[in-house]
Amino acid sequence: MSATVQDSVVITHDVGLHARPSVKLTKLAKGFAAAVEIAIAAEGPWIDAKSIVKVMAMKARQGATLHVRAMGADAQAAVEAVAGLVRRDFDEAGHGP
Amino acid sequence: MTVGIVIVSHSPDVARGAADMVRQMVGDEVPLGFCGGNPDGGLGTSVEKILAAIDQAWSEDGVAILVDLGGAETNSEMAIEMLPDERQAKIVICNAPVVEGAVMAATEASGGGSLADVKRTAEELSAQ
Repeated sequence: MSATVQDSVVITHDVGLHARPSVKLTKLAKGFAAAVEIAIAAEGPWIDAKSIVKVMAMKARQGATLHVRAMGADAQAAVEAVAGLVRRDFDEAGHGP
Repeated sequence: MTVGIVIVSHSPDVARGAADMVRQMVGDEVPLGFCGGNPDGGLGTSVEKILAAIDQAWSEDGVAILVDLGGAETNSEMAIEMLPDERQAKIVICNAPVVEGAVMAATEASGGGSLADVKRTAEELSAQ
C-alpha cells in the first residue's frame, strides 16, 4: 500500500461546499479506488468524501480550509483532482448551489 | 449499469422539479423516471403512471423509488406487486424525503453504488 497523500485548499466558492458542489466533489471522489477523506480542520474529524450525505452535512463555507487526504494506489491523483476541483470553484464560479 | 431512480409525488410539478434537480445536479448517467398526479390531472398518484416510470428508469442493477406521502407509497407497492418476480426483487422503496432523497440516491447510483448502497444513502439522510 502507498502512503497517505494529503493537501489543503481554501474554499473560495461564494457559497462554500453546498448542494451542487458537494455532489460534484462526491462524484469525483467515487471515481478513484483510493479511500478519500476530507476535513475542515487538520486534526479532523475526517469524513468519507465518497459519502454524499456526510459531505453535504459538513456545510463547509467560503473561506474555510478544506483538508483532503487519500490512501491507496491512486491516492496522489485523487487528492490532486479533489483539491483541483475546489480550487476551480467547482467549475461554477459565481453561481449559487 | 447504473441503478435507476424513480420519483413519485402527488404533484406532477414536484415530481418534475425533483427530476430536474437530479438531472442538473447529478447528470444524465442515472436512469430516471418520475410521475405525479392522478389520471384526471389532479393531485394524487396512479399505479399505471408509477409502472411507466419504473419502466423508464429500468436498470438490471435495480431501481430505487422515492415517494412523498401515503398513497405514493401504497400505490408504488401495488405497482411493484404487479411486476414479474424477477423485477420485484430489484426494486426498493426508500424511506427518505422525496427531493433530497432523489438527489442523494442518484449521486450514489452515479458512482456505481449497488441498489442496497443507493437505498442506504437516501435513508442515511433522515438519520443525520
